[in-house]
Amino acid sequence: MTKKVNVTVNVNGKTRSAEVEPRTLLVHLLRDEFNLTGTHIGCDTSQCGACTVLMDGKAIKSCTVLAVQADGTAITTVEGLGSVEKLHPIQQGFWEEHGLQCGFCTPGVMMAASNLLHENLNPTEDEIRNALEGVICRCTGYQFIVKAVQHAAKLMRTENEEIAIAEATLTEGER
Amino acid sequence: MPYVVGKPLKRKEDQKLITGHGHFTDDIKLPDMLYAAMKRSQYAHAKIKSVQVDEALKLPGVIAIYTGSDVQDKIKSIRSIWLVPGCDLIPKDRVPLATDKVNYVGEAVAMVIADSRYVAYDALDLIEVEYEELPAVVHQEEALEATAPTIYDDVPNNIAFTWKAGAVPEDIFVNADVVVKQRFYEQRVVANPMETRAAVAHFNPGSGELTLWCTTQNPHIHRMTYSDILGIPETKLRVIAPDMGGGFGAKIAVYTEEALVAFAAMDLKQPVKWIENRQEHFLATSHARDQVITTELAGTKDGKILAIRAKNIANLGAYLSTMGAGVPTIDFGLMITGAYTIPYAECETIGVYTNTTPTDAYRGAGKPEASYQIERIVNLYADKIGMDQVEVRRINLVPQGSFPYTNAMGCNYDSGDYQKVLRTALDTINYDELRKEQEEARKNGRLVGVGISTYVELCGLGPSKVAGAIGFGGGLWENSTIRVHPSGKVTIFTGASPHGQGEKTTFSQVVADKFGIPVEDIELVSGDTLINSMGWGTYGSRTTPVAGGALALAAERVVEKAKTIAAHELEVDVSDVDFNNGVFSVNGHPEKVRTFQEIAWSANNAWNLPEGVEPALEGQSFFDPPDFVYPFGAHICVVEVDQDTGMVKLKKYVCVDDVGRIINPLIVEGQIHGGIAQGIGQALWEQAVYSEKGQLLSGTFMDYAMPKASFFPMIESSFIESPSPVNALGVKGVGEAGTTAAPSAIVNAVIDALKPFGVVDLEMPLTPEKVWTAMQEGRNIK
Repeated sequence: MTKKVNVTVNVNGKTRSAEVEPRTLLVHLLRDEFNLTGTHIGCDTSQCGACTVLMDGKAIKSCTVLAVQADGTAITTVEGLGSVEKLHPIQQGFWEEHGLQCGFCTPGVMMAASNLLHENLNPTEDEIRNALEGVICRCTGYQFIVKAVQHAAKLMRTENEEIAIAEATLTEGER
Repeated sequence: MPYVVGKPLKRKEDQKLITGHGHFTDDIKLPDMLYAAMKRSQYAHAKIKSVQVDEALKLPGVIAIYTGSDVQDKIKSIRSIWLVPGCDLIPKDRVPLATDKVNYVGEAVAMVIADSRYVAYDALDLIEVEYEELPAVVHQEEALEATAPTIYDDVPNNIAFTWKAGAVPEDIFVNADVVVKQRFYEQRVVANPMETRAAVAHFNPGSGELTLWCTTQNPHIHRMTYSDILGIPETKLRVIAPDMGGGFGAKIAVYTEEALVAFAAMDLKQPVKWIENRQEHFLATSHARDQVITTELAGTKDGKILAIRAKNIANLGAYLSTMGAGVPTIDFGLMITGAYTIPYAECETIGVYTNTTPTDAYRGAGKPEASYQIERIVNLYADKIGMDQVEVRRINLVPQGSFPYTNAMGCNYDSGDYQKVLRTALDTINYDELRKEQEEARKNGRLVGVGISTYVELCGLGPSKVAGAIGFGGGLWENSTIRVHPSGKVTIFTGASPHGQGEKTTFSQVVADKFGIPVEDIELVSGDTLINSMGWGTYGSRTTPVAGGALALAAERVVEKAKTIAAHELEVDVSDVDFNNGVFSVNGHPEKVRTFQEIAWSANNAWNLPEGVEPALEGQSFFDPPDFVYPFGAHICVVEVDQDTGMVKLKKYVCVDDVGRIINPLIVEGQIHGGIAQGIGQALWEQAVYSEKGQLLSGTFMDYAMPKASFFPMIESSFIESPSPVNALGVKGVGEAGTTAAPSAIVNAVIDALKPFGVVDLEMPLTPEKVWTAMQEGRNIK
C-alpha cells in the first residue's frame, strides 16, 4: 500500500481535505471521500463526460485527473451549480425543456454546458452541439439538451440584463 | 383542477437528478462495505487448466477470492427465461464462474473481494489463470459450417434451435411476376446505457434476509431467478432497482455477477459492492441484433406484394441469455410483413452459439430487425419494378378501415390510419419538391438521397396466455396500486420498473385527472420487490400500456368506493352521486358536496362508513391485456453523401408517429428522439466488431462509435393519435418506435443517394470507408 497524501480542495465554496493514495482519481475523491455522488462515472477512457466538473472554472473530466493534481484548486460539481430552492438557469433549462431522461449523464452535460455559457452566452445550435463533444447521452438524442442549453442561455442573458439595469438605476449614494 | 393528460408537464423525476441528488446503485455506501472485481477470460474459447489465487490473496486488503470450483455447488446456473417451444431448443445456461472452460472473452473465472475497489483491481493482476486455447468461432454462418469448432458436445453444428412460423405456398414464388431476394446483416451492437451494471448486496445473518440493489429493468424477475439459484426464499430476498442510468434492454437479462455479489455478502456477512467498468460492460453485458437475414419478396409488376419469406441466422453468443431465443424468433418472425397487407409470410430462424458475448434484447428487440428487412426489400422491389418508394407503400400499406387487421403471422394490428401517417410525413417534408431538388443536386454532382420507413411494431407485452404459449417463463400482466392517504395525497405503486421513461410524471397525470387532484399530490413508487406487488418490469414498450392500463382500472375502483362513502355521508343513493374534477355532488342539491380529500379522510378514519364497506381507500388492479398494442408511423430522412470521403451527412429527419393517446407530449417526443438517435447510431456508426479469434475490437468508447450531439440535425416530430382499444388509456407505447423506424429510413436514403453508382445494398453501419468503397466499385463497373 502506497503512502497516503493530503489533498485540500475548495469544493463548491467549502475547503475540504482528505488523505488519499496518490493514484486516487479526482472523481473518487469527490464521490467516495466527499460524498458528492452527483458526479458520475460512465466509462474508463475519458469519453463519456459523465464525470465532468469545473476546475478553476474550466470543464474537466474528473476521471482523468488525479486527486493530487486538484490540490489547491477550486472545484464546482453539480451540487454546487444550484440548489432545489434556487436552481441554476442551466438546471432550469434542463428541467423545462426535458433535457434529461435517466439523468445519469446530466450532471456532466450540465457542467460542460456551464463551461460553454461562461464563454459564450449567445451560442448557435452548432456551437452548442460542438461544445457537447466531450459528453455522451444515450437517452435523449441530444435535441432537448440543445434546447435546454438555449433556454439556459436566454435565462442567463435576461439575468445579466436585469443586473445591468439594476446597476444603472442605482443612485450615486446607493453605490 | 385543469385537466393535465395531454399536457407537456415538466417531469416530477427531474429535480433530484439535476441537482445531484439522484440515488444510483454506485451511490450506495454501507458500513463495512467490501468491493468485488471479476477476473475475466482473455480467450474466446479455452480450457481452464488452473486458477492460482495465492499471490492475490497475500495482497493487503484482499478479503476473499472465489473461483468456479468454490461456488459451483452453491450457486446454480442461470437459465434463460424464454424457452421458445417447438424449435428443438438446447438452452445453454450461464455458470456463475467458469470452471473447466471459457466460451467468450470476458467470461468471469474468479471474483476478488477486497476492502477497496483499487485493491480489488490490483488483485486481479495477481491471479494466474492457465488456459489451453481452443479454436474459436465468432460468426454465425461460419459456426454452421461442417468444419467449424463446436462449443458444446451436445450441440451439433452449434445449432441451438431451428424455429419456423407461417407458410407461403411454393407456387406463389414460382409464378410471381417479380421476386426480389437480398441478404441483410443486422450488425451486432451494444445498448450501452450510460450507467453500467452495478450491484450492492447486504445480508442480515440474524434474519437471513438479503437485500440486493442492482441495475435491473425487472426486479421481480431478478428476484425469481436469484431466489432459485441462490436457494433463498422470495420472502427473504429483496431486490431493489434504485435510480438507473438507462437500460435499453441490456438490464432485462439476469446475469451472474449480481448473484455472485449476493453470495459473497452472505458468505462474508459483510455488504459487497460491484460496479462494472465500461470495458467490462462491453464484454459482460448482453450485446444485441447480430442477425443475418435473407429476405425474399414475391410481387406483381404493378406493385402488389404477394408474399414474403425470411431466413434469419441469429448469433446467440456463447450462452442462451434471458430473452435470447425470443428476440430473433417471436419478436422478429411475427412482424416480418411490417405495415403491409401481405397475404402470405414464412419465417425460419436458426439460433447459433458462438464464442461471443451472449445476445439479448436491445430497444426494439427483434422488431427493428423485422422492420429493417421489410423496409429495405420493399425499396428493392420498387426499384425493380420502376416504382417510387412512396407509391409501393401506398399500394401495400394496411388500408384505412380494416382494423383490427390480422397480419399473415396472426398479429392483430389494433387501430390507426397507416396511409395518413405517410401522407402527413410526405407533406411535412414536401416530398415532391424534395425529389426535384435531388435531381438538381445530382446534376451539380451532389449526392442527395431520400429514404422512407413506414413501420409498425408489436409492443405492450402482453397477454399472459400468449406469454405461456410462446414459452416465456412468466406472465406479462402488470399491477398498479393506488393508495389514498388520509390527507387525500396519493402514492401509486407499480410492478413495472421505469428507469428514465418518466412514468412518475405520466402516471401522476393520469391519476390527477381521475381524482381531480394536483399532480404535486401524487408520487410513484416502483422497483422494490418488498414494496411493490408482483410485476414483470419495464421493457417492450409495456409500462404505460399495461401498468398504465392497470392504473386506470385501479383509479376507477378508488372512485367507485369513494362514491359509496360520499353517498352514505350525503344520505343519498350512490347512483345519485356524480364525481367530477375532485368533487362528489348530487344533482339539484348544491349543499350536498364532498371533496376527494374529505372522502379520503373519512375512508381512512372509518368513523362512519356504509354497511359492508371496509376502511381505507386503496385501489388495485392486476391487468392482463387482451392483446398487444401496435404503434406505427412514417419516418423520412434526407442525407447527402460526400463524394470524396464517403461521409454521410444527415440533412433532415421528419417523423410522424401514432403511439395512441398521448399523456405527456414532451416525454413522448423525448422517447422518439432517443430511439431515433439509437437507430441512426446503428445505421451509420455503431458496431461490436470481433476479431477472428474472438477478441472484441470495439470494446471501449474510443473504438465503439457512440453518437454525439454534433452528429444530428433537429428532428421534426409530430403525432397522430388513434387510441388503442386494448387498454383503458388507449396508449400504444413509444419507447422503441425510433430504433425500429430509423435504421431503414437512413439506409434507404443513403442507397438512394448512391443510385448513380448502381449500389443496391450496403451493410450497416454505413461508415465513410464502406460508402466510399461502394462508390469506387460503382465507378469501376461503369
